[in-house]
Order: sequence, then C-alpha cells, then structure tokens
Amino acid sequence: MSGFFTLLYKEGLRFWRVWFQTVLAPIITALLYLLIFSHALSKHVQVYPGVSYINFLVPGLVMMTVLQNAFANSSSSLIQSKITGNIVFMLLTPISYLEFFLAYMLASMFRGLIVGSGVLLGTLLFAPEYFHAPLLSLLFAMLGGGMLGALGIIAGIWSEKFDQLAAFQNFIIMPLTFLSGVFYSLHSLPAFWWQVSKFNPIFYAVDGFRYGFLGVSDVSPGISLLVVTTCFVALSSICLILLQRGYKLRY
Amino acid sequence: MSSPAIQISHIHKSFGHFQALLDVSLTIEQGEFFALLGPNGAGKTTLISILAGLTRATSGSAQVMGHCVIDDYKAARRELGMVPQELAYDPFFTVRESLRIQSGYFGLRHNDDWIDEILTRLGLFEKADMNMRTLSGGMKRRVLVAQALVHKPPVIVLDEPTAGVDVELRQSLWEFIRQLNSAGHTIVLTTHYLEEAETLCERVAMLKQGKIVALDRTANLLKSCGEMKLHLTLNPDSLPETLQSRVYHKTEHGYTLKISSPEEIEPILVHLREAGVHIDDLSLSHPDLEDVFVQIMGRA
Repeated sequence: MSGFFTLLYKEGLRFWRVWFQTVLAPIITALLYLLIFSHALSKHVQVYPGVSYINFLVPGLVMMTVLQNAFANSSSSLIQSKITGNIVFMLLTPISYLEFFLAYMLASMFRGLIVGSGVLLGTLLFAPEYFHAPLLSLLFAMLGGGMLGALGIIAGIWSEKFDQLAAFQNFIIMPLTFLSGVFYSLHSLPAFWWQVSKFNPIFYAVDGFRYGFLGVSDVSPGISLLVVTTCFVALSSICLILLQRGYKLRY
Repeated sequence: MSSPAIQISHIHKSFGHFQALLDVSLTIEQGEFFALLGPNGAGKTTLISILAGLTRATSGSAQVMGHCVIDDYKAARRELGMVPQELAYDPFFTVRESLRIQSGYFGLRHNDDWIDEILTRLGLFEKADMNMRTLSGGMKRRVLVAQALVHKPPVIVLDEPTAGVDVELRQSLWEFIRQLNSAGHTIVLTTHYLEEAETLCERVAMLKQGKIVALDRTANLLKSCGEMKLHLTLNPDSLPETLQSRVYHKTEHGYTLKISSPEEIEPILVHLREAGVHIDDLSLSHPDLEDVFVQIMGRA
C-alpha cells in the first residue's frame, strides 16, 4: 500500500503547492456568489418557510464548490501528466489500477472538502448556519466529492487535449452544478424542468447536503443518499474498468 | 538455474493496420550489456515499452527476471528500471522530491542514502533542491536516469539516454552504467550512437520494420562484415580506372576503397605505381558497427 500512500501524498502536495489557485481562488469566487445573490435576492425569495434565502444558499454554494473542485483536481492532474508525459513515472511502477484510482479519487475528495470547508468558514461571517445533521452533510460531501473525483478521472483519461477537458467542464459539469438547485428550490421550477432536474445526480448531492444543515429538502434525504451512492459506485466502476484496460494510458 | 533477465517470445504488436512488431523473440541473460539497434520506427521503443508495461502486446509473452509483465506485473516492474526517451518531468517538485516520490511508488520509504548516491554519481547533488522546471535539458535527462534507478532494479533499460546530451554527461553516465553492469545489473540500451553500442555492448539485436534482422555478439557481427577500408591521399588526386570499382567514397582529402583482406593492398599499390600516382598518406580501418548496421539494413 506504500505506493498508494505516496501517490495520494503526491496528488495532495500537487494542489497544495498552488493553493492560491486551487484553494483560495474558489473560496473567493463562492463568497462573491454569496455576496451578490444574497444581496440581490434575500428580500424577494423565501424558499422554505422559516429559512432565510442566505441560509438556503450557503449549503448549496459549499456543495457546489466541493463538487467543482473535486472534478477539477483529478481531471487537471491527469491531463497535465498525460500531456507533459510524466504519467509514465506512475505507469512504470507496481501501483495497481485500484490504488491508482483510490489515490486520485481521495485526493480530489480532500481538495473538495478543504475548499468547501473554507467556503463554509467564510460564509459563517455573513450568516450563522443551522446544523441539523452535520454528519449527514459530511457524508454527502464525501460521496459527492468522490463521485466528481471519479468523473474527473474519466474526463482526464478520455481527454487528449486541454480543450477537450474544457469542453467536458463547460458543457457537462458547469450546467449540471448550476442547474442542481444551488440557487433555487426545484419546486419553484415549472413541472417539465422539475422532471428534467430529477435526472441530475448533482441535484441529489446538493439537496441531501442541504438537508444536513436545514432539516428540510426538496426530496427525501434517503432517496438522495441512494442516488448519490449509486452514481459514485457506477462512476468508480467505470474508472476501474478503464484503468484496468489501460484505456488511453497503456497502448 | 536462474531465469533470463528478459525473455520475449513471439511478440506481435499492431496499431490498427500498422504492424509495429512481427514475431519478435529474444532472450537476454542476467548480467549482459545488450544493445537494441534499428532505424527510427523499427519498433525498439515499442518492444521495450511492452517490457515496461506501457504498451500491451497484441500476442506473445514477455518476462522480466522470470515474471510475466502482464500476469505478474508488480514483480516484473520491481525488477525493471526504465529511462524513457521522452524528456518528461513533474514541474511541481524538486529533484529530490521527485526521487523520493518515485521511491515511494516502489514501496521504499527510507531511501535517502541511495538517492544521495545516485544524485552524486549523476552530478545532480547540487541541483537536488531545485525545481525540475528550472533544470536544463541535460540535467532533466540525468534525473530521468536517477528515477529509473531509485529502486535498484536488476534490469535497466535505457531508451536513447544520450540523445541530445553533452559529452561530459555521456561519459559520466556510461561510467556509472558500466559499474552497475559490473555489479551484476543487466543493461539494455537503445541508441543511434552506434560507437556507444560497439564500445559498451557484448551483444546486439538489430530491428527493421518490426523484425529482428540480426542477433549476435558484437564481435561476431564485426567479423561477419568482412569489408575493411583503405584510405588513400594521392598525388595527383586521381585514381586509375582499374581501381574505380573499389571506391567507397571520395572526399577532398582522397579516396576510401573497399577491401576484403589486407592481401589486397599490394595489388592496389602496384596499380598506383604503374599509373605514376604517388601516395601522400595511407591508412587502413577495420569495420565498425556502423558499417555492419548499414550492410545489414541494406540487405534485410
């Protein structure tokens, strides 16, 4: 397992070396969202009875940050290693495909959790939060981070150029995260879009995470947990199959 | 009986319709210093990539120290250190960090003594705490060699390790590699510098279009190429018609003639004397690996 721990350490060190870009910048971005949306909408929108808009918004922003950063970590690390060629240093070693997957996925999850924690701490300055079931929120953050970390591995393996990865990020990840109920309740949508949104797994990650704060949600947290866990397992399985076959890594 | 360092059996590799390797079989014994030669695109890198697990053979099998590179890949990769041809590096780390991380991948946690030794032997010690980004191309190449050696592999494969590096590195690198070979490490080398292969390697395989076209001891290959070369500087600079068929090439300094044995020199001298041509300079050279290479590639 030493190879696994070294790869995990290397992946952690990699993003920590550029913390200004990988940790601080997304925290500032999330806080700006909070500042603007809460200022613009807090007097006009009340999503759940007895819950202010800013208290509704904070968990969504935290989870969105966790998910986006988890995806960014594994996908950018892999595409950089492939393009610069240094992925060969890992491929020449006895590290198994399972260890490879776990190291990249966990490093992504850690980055998501670190940046998400930074956003949460920052938002507490604006709005004291409720913590209805914090461990459930942590579980959703870990599963969501793992799910997007695994999706990042798939994108990193599949992409051969930076613009392919950018397309993945801009046309899949961004719409899914922005249309996942971070800024609004899905109940406020017309019936058609509410049905469409039910197919977005990120909605369940955000909704379940928010339940841990507020104790209210759009769908039952049990259903959200089931959907997020299923997606995490499915994406992890795809990663393992790709890595075991050496898809676009071992020719 | 100990297993061969490398055993390659009936390897085929195709990329789509392109056949990169065609039924390649090769055994390299432990302790050998072996050269894999061939023109660009002959399949050398593909073959050693199969050994290292970077490429998967379409059919056939490969073993490193008796371990199959597919079924027993963990053991096979522990036995193999490979210096890749591409100048890859991780820009996030220093030289020492890169070597510690590489050690960790092989399960070696306290490897600093050996890392210090390789850094010293490869002239990298003073660069140990510098970021990889800041190193020159030659220095990066040295780090690639160091990374391949962190786990003290019994089999070391170097894919064109001296491409584009200065004379000093070449000499210090080969001295270090020779010492590793003397200590029992098997060395497999691909290079376009044939004089390096001739000086260092006991045995040579030549690949052309994915097939092995020559496999023998270096000395035997040199013997098999019977042609010697007679270099003549003449006054006047004009070769008699009777000797024109022997011309290998002509330079501004004179003529190089092909001969198959030293006995042929005397008749040539007679022809020159009869034509009234004086010899200002004369030298004889034996065939080198480049001659063998050109001859084999030409006829294969």
